[in-house]
Amino acid sequence: MGEFWVVIDHEAGEPRKVSLQMLSAGRTHSGELGHDLVAVFTGAAYDGSRERVARYGPARVLIAESDEFESHPVQPVIETLAGLVAERKPDVVAFASTPYGKDLASGVAARVRAGVLADVVDLEVADGDLVCGMSVFGGATNVRCRVKGSPKIVCLKPNAFVAEESPSEPAEERVDVRISDDARAAKVTERVQEEAAGRPNVEEAAIIVSGGRGLGGPENFKLVEDLADVLGAGVGASRAAVDAGWYPHQHQVGQTGKTVSPQLYIAVGISGAIQHRAGMQTSKTIVAINKDADAPIFKLVDFGVVGDLFKVVPAVTEELRKRKGS
Amino acid sequence: MNIVVCVKRVPDTAAEKKLDPEDFTLDRESVESIMNPVDEYGVEEALRLKDEHGGEVTILTMGPEPAEKQAVRKALALGADRGVLVTDDAIHGSDALATAYVLALALADLEPDLVILGSESTDARTSLVPQALAQLLAMPGLTNVKKIEVADGKVTVHREEEGGHAVVEASLPAVVSVVKGINEPRYATLKGIMSAKQKPVDVLSGDDIGLDPAEVGLAGSRTEVVEAVPRPPKEQGTIVQDEGDGAAKLADFLQQNKFV
Ligand SMILES: Cc1cc2nc3c(=O)[nH]c(=O)nc-3n(C[C@H](O)[C@H](O)[C@H](O)COP(=O)(O)OP(=O)(O)OC[C@H]3O[C@@H](n4cnc5c(N)ncnc54)[C@H](O)[C@@H]3O)c2cc1C
Ligand SMILES: Nc1ncnc2c1ncn2[C@@H]1O[C@H](COP(=O)(O)O)[C@@H](O)[C@H]1O
Repeated sequence: MGEFWVVIDHEAGEPRKVSLQMLSAGRTHSGELGHDLVAVFTGAAYDGSRERVARYGPARVLIAESDEFESHPVQPVIETLAGLVAERKPDVVAFASTPYGKDLASGVAARVRAGVLADVVDLEVADGDLVCGMSVFGGATNVRCRVKGSPKIVCLKPNAFVAEESPSEPAEERVDVRISDDARAAKVTERVQEEAAGRPNVEEAAIIVSGGRGLGGPENFKLVEDLADVLGAGVGASRAAVDAGWYPHQHQVGQTGKTVSPQLYIAVGISGAIQHRAGMQTSKTIVAINKDADAPIFKLVDFGVVGDLFKVVPAVTEELRKRKGS
Repeated sequence: MNIVVCVKRVPDTAAEKKLDPEDFTLDRESVESIMNPVDEYGVEEALRLKDEHGGEVTILTMGPEPAEKQAVRKALALGADRGVLVTDDAIHGSDALATAYVLALALADLEPDLVILGSESTDARTSLVPQALAQLLAMPGLTNVKKIEVADGKVTVHREEEGGHAVVEASLPAVVSVVKGINEPRYATLKGIMSAKQKPVDVLSGDDIGLDPAEVGLAGSRTEVVEAVPRPPKEQGTIVQDEGDGAAKLADFLQQNKFV
């Protein structure tokens, strides 16, 4: 019987939402493929993940624990996973389609010579084979792709799949950690936190509120942040806002920034240039607030408010706060 | 220091793209093309390091001739020393890993101290090439980097991580992918553009780099596109003019759709 592996993406042992979404997607499709669902954990300690992972129904968990996964960037994880994949030959290995997950996926794929697909937003089993859906060219074209042969390495985009609980009592197996001298050729000497923790990053946020040049200055990003905070959202920015130095580059959405497809994207004072749309037009629901009724962003919206953001944004934040309170 | 920058020629985002209806590859001749925007930062970073440490900057690209030469010429005009173009009919339709394989073969002969790539290409957007390349070359793979320093045969980078960065030190040779914003790319001068015409661009075939055709192209790639359709146009949504009630209406919309 084949295996469908889900590599758990976690923060200091605590699984991220995308991992639970991947386990759910894996559960559905491993069933159709006749595969066992296997969670794979690499990190310092599995204890922080055990309970949540089990709620999403894997048959088994492979656990590779080492402090060196933290002290050397990606290479020890790639070597360990590539070794496991070569030895146990799972049919599917799923990673989170985040910068970190894609790094692991491409590294493992190169080592075991497997095919790899990034940014997968849809999975389907057709004629017993896994078919992956993704969108390309800035969301202008939808494609369906296959990985030839086995293993098939796929990177699943955060928020594209729904996490649904289905508790299991997975068998746990500790596996060998392999770290070559090559893997130690790069080491982390320091970690610098630049932003207050608490807000989800744009890559993983289910809701994003983005600000553009219409904000008029860096201080007004506070309006965007406040709205983001009532919604539990991440904060994005247009290139115009980033290039003006109003908000850090990591938050830029678009062709030369992040490609996101959250459940909800709210564009505040953003005109919707094609390079911006290329990074967000696959969002499930799109809202815009802009004073120019002809702004191209309105062609994409599910709901748009033509108005002054300095009036509308604080008012909607206040309104949502009230409604949440009641 | 011998630095190789991998640059890709990509269709302009603003241009309409056509896929070949037979094999779903991009019809690259039908669209306006540019150097992958993020690669401009890679070129600038290489030139900056060369200004500081001396050495040579080579631009490596894989793709059909002669159009790809434009991306190379652009980098040469900015100050790179020479170009290498790998082109072969067998390569047509290569996926990210097959691309990394071709680049790795070409790089093995170039004996770089540092290989710089962009963090992602705007057409494929996979971000898969840099780490795959690092693995194939058995070099440290430092991706999504926003600062590079080289000293004493070592490279120190700031690698983006959630909410901040990690400072990572690695031995050379190494593969680094850079993000937008790592620097301010320079503009080509007229003198640069003129002198670029004299700079050597080697055009290499698959045979020249020892390519196994079975590993590349549509047939050799381990992924395939089975269908491509234009994204269905979105239905016009509700647009309201704010008459003092815009916020309340928006709040209603958000609540009805269970975002609050
Ligand atoms: C190669 C290349 C790559 C690029 N990559 C990206 C990218 O990754 N991401 C990106 O975003 N852009 C990118 N761009 C830039 C893009 O073309 C646009 O210039 C940019 O997106 C504009 O940002 P903006 O919408 O914030 O600003 P503007 O286009 O200036 O729009 C500001 C909007 O705010 C509105 N506004 C002003 N005041 C108010 C108010 N008080 N209330 C309400 N609305 C108000 C205006 O009506 C206007 O629509 C790229 C460009 C190039 C050439
Ligand atoms: N055909 C190519 N020729 C040269 N470099 C490439 C090619 N394809 C990708 N790259 C490099 O790999 C980076 C990441 O691309 P990708 O993995 O396709 O998103 C790009 O920014 C380039 O530096």
